[in-house]
Amino acid sequence: MEGPRFKPGERVRVRAEDRPGHIRTPFYVRGKTGWIERVYGDFLNPESLAYGKDGLPEKTLYLVGFDQKEVWGQYLAGSQDKLFVDIYDHWLEPA
Amino acid sequence: MSMDRSDVHHAADTGEDHPHPKHELGYYAKRIYAIRDLLIEKGVITQDDIQRQIDYQEARSPANGAQLVARAWADPAFKKRLIDDPKATCAEMGIDATSINEFVVLENTERVRHLVVCTLCSCYPRPILGRPPDWYKSLNYRSRAVNDPRGVMREFGQELPDEVEIRVHDSTADMRYLVLPLRPRGTEGMSEAELAKLVTRDSMIGVVDPLAPQ
Amino acid sequence: MARRHHDMGGLPAGPVDQTEHALSDWEILADAVNQALGEKKIKRTDEMRRAREDMDSELYRSLSYYERWIASMETILTEKKILTREEIDRKVAAFEKKWGEP
Repeated sequence: MEGPRFKPGERVRVRAEDRPGHIRTPFYVRGKTGWIERVYGDFLNPESLAYGKDGLPEKTLYLVGFDQKEVWGQYLAGSQDKLFVDIYDHWLEPA
Repeated sequence: MSMDRSDVHHAADTGEDHPHPKHELGYYAKRIYAIRDLLIEKGVITQDDIQRQIDYQEARSPANGAQLVARAWADPAFKKRLIDDPKATCAEMGIDATSINEFVVLENTERVRHLVVCTLCSCYPRPILGRPPDWYKSLNYRSRAVNDPRGVMREFGQELPDEVEIRVHDSTADMRYLVLPLRPRGTEGMSEAELAKLVTRDSMIGVVDPLAPQ
Repeated sequence: MARRHHDMGGLPAGPVDQTEHALSDWEILADAVNQALGEKKIKRTDEMRRAREDMDSELYRSLSYYERWIASMETILTEKKILTREEIDRKVAAFEKKWGEP
């Protein structure tokens, strides 16, 4: 595996994709823009493991940060509040 | 969470001496006894395998987490190690966290509070805190924690000013999160054992701060 | 984009019920059998999650936590041909006879 595609601080957009079956990217965050908070490393792909397959190739897992106001049209109080989601590489694109 | 082990062991064999007659069990409850018996008959797992898991879970409780938190409050070098390498630091305290893929400690400060949820499922740091509470697994918590964390915290009795930043973590992957709560004021000079009593399960999930000293 | 029944982050919902219930024996058993199957690498949590996500939506919402676990365990064990539904049905019928189902 080459090094991680994104570095901490880089802006990323979550793919607004719809695919059938087991996926680990919540609906509410798809299509939203945030930043790479942390690179967790490479992990077996749960979207393959869920079907009894080997989970290979491994996918880089990132901790992605979002401003609450970016994720929800309406978010009450706490203008600096943030939301962090663990997202695998193949769900992210540069923003 | 008390549990009569002999009952689990023999539950499929005898319906007597049980407070809830077996015929009143629901559809799925009956099926787990059937699944258990078939798996043992076929040699897939043994009764010992099952008992070992029951014993393991019974030995896990928020007291493990409270011990970690109290030590971190009392010892800055320990706190640093706990944040930098949580699994190794757990082992140092005799807490077996090896079954977790990755373990992340989120440190609360005066300015920042963390809240943990698993919107897709109910992932929880079981080796540290034991089985999750019912509310953590509830559909209402899973729905609301991400977009209404302040409302959820208010229901648990915690009102935070707008200047305090709330960071919600949705644990969608293999990371397991433990909140390291903020040490309460007025606890200077308290022993680790005294400090640990202030650390509630809910404060390590992040819905509330720890208890105040009496 | 479609939202599936398990993917509920941000949906409108009522207050969080903080009542705890003491686990019944069958729930503790479901928990332990699930963990034991995981330890033996017979199934993975990812597979169990997939099975719960593919359940009928009405059923997903109406079942309790450990009922969902049992339903997904049965799906995965039958899919892997370790058990059959008929075997489980027969075993349950035998229990009901023994336990005195009215």
